[in-house]
Amino acid sequence: MNNLAGFIKKEFIHILRDPRTLIILFGLPVVQILIFGFVIRNEIQDVKIAILDYSKDDVTREITNKILSSGFFVLSENLTENNDIEEIFREGKIREVVIFESQFARKLEREGKASVQVLADASDPNSASLVVNYTRGIIFDYLKKASKEAAQPLKINAEVRMMYNPGLKSAFMFVPGTMALILMLVSAMMTSISIAREKETGTMEVLLVSPLRPIHIIVGKVTPYILLSCINAVVIIALGYFVFGLPVKGSLVLLLAETVLFISLALSLGILISTMASNQQVAMFLSVFVLMLPTILLSGFIFPIENMPKILQWVTFIVPPRYFIEILRSIMLKGTGFFNIWQQTTVLIGMTLFFIILSAVKFKTRLE
Amino acid sequence: MISISNISKTFGQIAALSNITLEIPAKQIFGFIGPDGAGKTTLFRLITTLMVPDSGAILVNGFDTVKEYRRIRMFTGYMPGRFSLYMDLTVEENLNFYATIFGTTLEKNYHLIKSVYSHIEPFRKRLAGKLSGGMKQKLALSCALIHNPEILVLDEPTTGVDAVSRKEFWELLHELKQKGMTIVVSTPYMDEAAKCDTIALVHKGRLLETDKPGKITGSFKEHLFAVSGENQFRLINDLRNYQPGVSAYLFGQAIHLSFNTKPDINHLKMHLAKSGHGDVKVEPIMPSVEDCFISSMTSSGNH
Repeated sequence: MNNLAGFIKKEFIHILRDPRTLIILFGLPVVQILIFGFVIRNEIQDVKIAILDYSKDDVTREITNKILSSGFFVLSENLTENNDIEEIFREGKIREVVIFESQFARKLEREGKASVQVLADASDPNSASLVVNYTRGIIFDYLKKASKEAAQPLKINAEVRMMYNPGLKSAFMFVPGTMALILMLVSAMMTSISIAREKETGTMEVLLVSPLRPIHIIVGKVTPYILLSCINAVVIIALGYFVFGLPVKGSLVLLLAETVLFISLALSLGILISTMASNQQVAMFLSVFVLMLPTILLSGFIFPIENMPKILQWVTFIVPPRYFIEILRSIMLKGTGFFNIWQQTTVLIGMTLFFIILSAVKFKTRLE
Repeated sequence: MISISNISKTFGQIAALSNITLEIPAKQIFGFIGPDGAGKTTLFRLITTLMVPDSGAILVNGFDTVKEYRRIRMFTGYMPGRFSLYMDLTVEENLNFYATIFGTTLEKNYHLIKSVYSHIEPFRKRLAGKLSGGMKQKLALSCALIHNPEILVLDEPTTGVDAVSRKEFWELLHELKQKGMTIVVSTPYMDEAAKCDTIALVHKGRLLETDKPGKITGSFKEHLFAVSGENQFRLINDLRNYQPGVSAYLFGQAIHLSFNTKPDINHLKMHLAKSGHGDVKVEPIMPSVEDCFISSMTSSGNH
């Protein structure tokens, strides 16, 4: 065990002495989370909308003014009939249409209830969901104030319809997605590169000639990255919580346990890649093409899986981050317990074991 | 003791080693001499269990390099062609690391490497990447020695190292030999051959000759002369065309000329004078290892 401790110590020195590694390890997560966060924030500024007001009374005008003066929305057009909606969406000029039913104020006053319909262009699902939430927020804010003055409790029935993507998922996709991406990057890419570096510089030759067993080399390489990845995961969760107000509704312990599972999976993938790559560049390319791109494109991180062509939807079943992102979203946003995510967890455990066994078999005790 | 029997190894179409049989005695400095691409590194990787031969077998102290490779790895020290040091670790950290992976410590085995390590100890806090070539070489040797190996395999340890460091390095190897270590070393420098107890001349994966350096030069059957004069290029061509059975090659400042029968030197001088070479010196010389190498390389027909 002493030789393992020496190996781990050496790995830590490698990491801590290389500024580039440190930047990737600790700078990147923070920057990525902030970038993704602010991209989404900036999108909800001066969003172009159209209003279709069948009522044209004081209340609808006041709500419209409230919406337009919020700074989030800009009026692009006032529509006069339903038929215009489809066309204006198709032209791509606007992202949302707010429709007030006729006799809005009268209904609200007499029945205490009126309906407003919010249509959003959900071909960009994340922003559509944000736009709608902001609109609803403004309407309900008005309602709250109005209710205080009214004799009876008022109710506005805000009917939301997502155009072009009815099965829209939650808005806060970016934190779980970024977390999957960063853990994949740190764990898999950094380990595969660090093993490939030993091959490239020739130090692997001496390690192989030494009495060290492959398992020592693997464990020695992986241990520092497990620790660092855990730190990263906590930093990401904290950033999501404190900067963007992303809650962790479910159990934090379960969340961390699932994270450790995903880190193990990524590390075993990294070792597998290093057994195939003879130098750092190959390791890098393999990591990017085999791991990074699927994580970004096929995991549901940015593009909803439901929107993909059927064949790509099938491909996503073998993309590990897909399951991890589902687990994260369930725990963080929906607050579900283990009972609802045991299937995804089982798949991840199975994949981890598969990759560990495969890389242990492929890890060579010789140069060839 | 290392016994190599009928070893062959090919990479794709290229035969790196063909049918090598060889015995490396214990407690000697055994040198493999040959140009780049002769197959020295491949042979060393086979000896150190890093590769498996296509055919044949190697026994290191009686252990088979394929089946019992774990045993061999316990008592072998290996220094690959490129100094396998961690350039971002200090001298001391490199040594400590190699000590721990062999299950020992620098303090415990300090006496084993003292003679080598003392040269670089003043720089122990310096990063390995910032050392000179000679110091890197001594550090790599210290790392290879830290676990007190019985067999030390050094792949071109003096390549890219200055002349003074090279001389010091060979002195260190002789000290280690005195302690009873078996040292296998390769070098492209023919002048280092004389410092080995036994040498093997290798070329294009074949073993040309194995013997003591003195015996190899002693068994040189041709008549060797050093020729020096102006216009070496024209001179060497004229010498080559002088008569059959002559070979001439540039050797440092002079041309080495060898005859397989005893030549008439006066006749040669007259011949050269006629060809317009003025002041030409022709002197008989003793053969060096390099002359033997070139001679056996040409006679084995794979020049």
